[in-house]
Amino acid sequence: MNRKEKIELARWSVEFAKKSGADEAAVDLYQSRDIETEFREGKLDQLKESTQSSLSLTLYVNNRYSNHSTNDIRKESLKQFIAEAVSMTGYLSEDLFRSLPDPKYYEGRKEIDLKINDSNYEKVTSEQRVDIAREIEAIAAKQSDKIISCSAGYSDSHGESVKVHSNGFEGERESTSFSAGVEVTVEDGQSGRPADWCWATVRFFDELPSAEFLARGAAERALGKIGQSKMESGQFDMIVENRSVRRLLYSLFGPMRASSLQQKNSFLEGKLGEKIASEKLTVIDDPFIIKGLGSRTFDGEGLALKRRALIEKGVLKTYLVDTYYGKKLGMEPNSGSTGNVIMEYGDKSKDELIAAMEKGILVTSFIGGNSNSTTGDFSYGIIGKYVENGKIVKPVNEMNISGNLVDLMNQLEHVGNDPYMYSSFRLPSLYFKDVQFSGI
Amino acid sequence: MKEITRRSFLKAGAGGVVIASIPGIFRLNPLAAFASPAAGKGSLADYYEHFGVDEAVIRQVMAAALEKGGDYCDIFFQHSISSWIGLEDNVVDRAYTNVDFGVGIRVIEGEQTGYSFTEEISLESMKLAAKTAANIADQSKTIPPQAFKFHDTPDYYPIETLWEDVKIDRKIPYLQKINDRVFAGDSRVIKSKVWFNDESSYILIANSEGKIVCDYQPQTRVSASCTAEQNGKRENNGFNLAGRQGIEFFTPDRVNRIGDEAVRRTITLFDAVKPEAGEMEVVLAAGSSGILLHEAIGHGMEADFNRKNISIFADKINKPVAESFVSIVDDGTNPNIRGSLNVDDEGNDSEVTYLVENGILRSYLHDRISAQHYKVKPTGNGRRQSFRHIPMPRMRNTYMLPGPHGKEEIIKTVKKGLYAESFTNGQVFIGAGDFTFYVKSGFLIEDGKLTKPVKDVNIIGNGPNVLKNIVMVGDDPKLAEGGWTCGKNGQRVPVSQGLPTVKVSSITVGGISS
Repeated sequence: MNRKEKIELARWSVEFAKKSGADEAAVDLYQSRDIETEFREGKLDQLKESTQSSLSLTLYVNNRYSNHSTNDIRKESLKQFIAEAVSMTGYLSEDLFRSLPDPKYYEGRKEIDLKINDSNYEKVTSEQRVDIAREIEAIAAKQSDKIISCSAGYSDSHGESVKVHSNGFEGERESTSFSAGVEVTVEDGQSGRPADWCWATVRFFDELPSAEFLARGAAERALGKIGQSKMESGQFDMIVENRSVRRLLYSLFGPMRASSLQQKNSFLEGKLGEKIASEKLTVIDDPFIIKGLGSRTFDGEGLALKRRALIEKGVLKTYLVDTYYGKKLGMEPNSGSTGNVIMEYGDKSKDELIAAMEKGILVTSFIGGNSNSTTGDFSYGIIGKYVENGKIVKPVNEMNISGNLVDLMNQLEHVGNDPYMYSSFRLPSLYFKDVQFSGI
Repeated sequence: MKEITRRSFLKAGAGGVVIASIPGIFRLNPLAAFASPAAGKGSLADYYEHFGVDEAVIRQVMAAALEKGGDYCDIFFQHSISSWIGLEDNVVDRAYTNVDFGVGIRVIEGEQTGYSFTEEISLESMKLAAKTAANIADQSKTIPPQAFKFHDTPDYYPIETLWEDVKIDRKIPYLQKINDRVFAGDSRVIKSKVWFNDESSYILIANSEGKIVCDYQPQTRVSASCTAEQNGKRENNGFNLAGRQGIEFFTPDRVNRIGDEAVRRTITLFDAVKPEAGEMEVVLAAGSSGILLHEAIGHGMEADFNRKNISIFADKINKPVAESFVSIVDDGTNPNIRGSLNVDDEGNDSEVTYLVENGILRSYLHDRISAQHYKVKPTGNGRRQSFRHIPMPRMRNTYMLPGPHGKEEIIKTVKKGLYAESFTNGQVFIGAGDFTFYVKSGFLIEDGKLTKPVKDVNIIGNGPNVLKNIVMVGDDPKLAEGGWTCGKNGQRVPVSQGLPTVKVSSITVGGISS
């Protein structure tokens, strides 16, 4: 189905919903082609290739709300699907806060080519897909005789979506993504087999990092874990490596959502305009980054997006407000979700942050753990390196960090200059003072 | 407007997706094919009708899948219908449904897998997908089976009414009752949310060994969560009951319990403290504490990790790993439990698999590829999230058998430690053996007694070490009541877990240094 056919089908679905009794309706139609290869021990381990579709229908019927999705997008099937979805919505209770967004929020959609679609996608061949994974695996495997397994992979995806609302919104998006990488497992000489990975995801095929980079990266990381052990419990400084920062920062996003505020599950309630973190912390939602993995001009509700500061010099600048909970709270909607999340970066690299650390732990990954959005309490498992006098001394594992997110964010001392580029969260390494670690 | 019932709405999902273009084979098929007063798996003919296929079609698709050789292929048809109904701010004002229909085709050559799926069950689309999957092989063609044999399976999850036959207006009162119960439970409650989720999934599997098997897999989960306020402080927690159950499972007692437990677990948190940081004795309450087994040993025993030599358990089969009173199983046969399976997603029978028997490490959890690799019988652990996914070894219901100790006896032995009662999530790195689970609530143990409540602490340990450190096992086995979902390589499957009261002599607890 081409784009024109998709938009026509979405329009038709909206009209059909209205004819079936809906007052308002929104339809999202999505199709993607996804291909994956995986290589192990010099052999193609898995080859997977498919096309999928989905249609999501949001209905407003006599002040009642429901959402339905199906992967059968043929008109004949949709007729019955839509009519019956409208009918079942009638059983629900009224909710006067439910409606499509006010069309004024659709306006001002930025005119920009975000470059999120690689027009050369069609030219990528099956051989290339297999060869990339093969090459990464081959290079990784020969990095050390301690390596016992390498699983290398390549995948790509081409997706096209259209969005039509009964009150005037129409939008479409076409994007590609390409991923490659490897997980390497090593023998530690005892009974452990520590593993680590290096993967990259980009919008353009030509921008995938080299096989060498991915293979060496994963091997070095895995080898660096040999001999890991836990340390005494205590308060230490902590550097969180760029690619793991998302886990920490994301724990602030739940409590920033209007739904959490309205349901009284947010420790950030009443904190708008107040300082909730160290003044080193400036977090920005930028949906317009060229080639960004989270780049877009409108959100899932059709709202036209803007670049915005979420936290500026430690001050909470905005909540994430969607249409429904915004109405319940009497707040203006500003998009309840984020595009690319970036920071005001500092001037030190990860190595410089390590060099500045007298005694502490560099966290290279989190394992498990959780945080409580009502109170801000958190407790996460960590894996990393013990640092003394600016040097990595030994690998550590089997430890937890615990505390409260507000305290932790106030303990932020340095922001790195090394954003992790293979995510919609382009976050740098962060340095925190006096974090509570538990070990022995 | 014509009144259309909930029931026919869901049927539309069933019938609507079957291609009508090839007369005689493919036609619109209502779900009514399955209608029977005592809901059951239905007959093979029902499934052929439902998916609009027959033996001849399956043979043609297999011929395409094996046209480049390949040792084996299978075809996995699935139709699932899910529903979520939500209550917030005292009204049932939101509903979500999802209909998923498709077929996955897998070709195996040695230990290599080719896979494709299609959402259109037409002969043409299936052949195209089959040819894509066929590309993993590079030989001369293999001949598909001439005849298929239906393989019957037991029914470990009988229910009274198929979920698609339970109308929305029958479910709504449950949410309202639970909400009332939550607010009646404690005057400090300020917000309550209730969700009712159910799913019907129909699967039909045919393989190139001529085996055909089908299954109906129900699933439900009803959950309540609430926020309470006391002296300007707020706490939130919840509770849910889940299983491969029908609506008859939600008796008035159970409905009340969902509300009562949500409130109790929330209110307790007001008095909760943080334990000290570091290693300590931990007693795990009977029930969902089985998350320890899931993370500490279960994943490490999935045979794909061992076949690839990347699990910390890869060289420990038939070796002692725990005290002799420790036996751990992964069981697909528990009646109406969330992780039970009449048949796995590769068509293999379910069973009780011993991971640890009297302290000795016994068996990995196998899918087809690993069973062939180790030349053992499959254990029925080949599972997949949906027709879009390649099967791999996954857990079902993982639990520890009862031991010799009494619950009170166990708690009494602890001078200073943690009693862990409810959990939210866990994770493991299967090679290094590091695993964690997050304790949402529990108690401090001081001088052999439960004292202050505890909340929000992560526990981290090493799988093999913690198994060795299990020093007491209670005589009170219990399976988790709530619904757990396990994620692995991007695929999610429903599971359950269980544990009697267990004492671990030393494990690291996230807390605050004194």
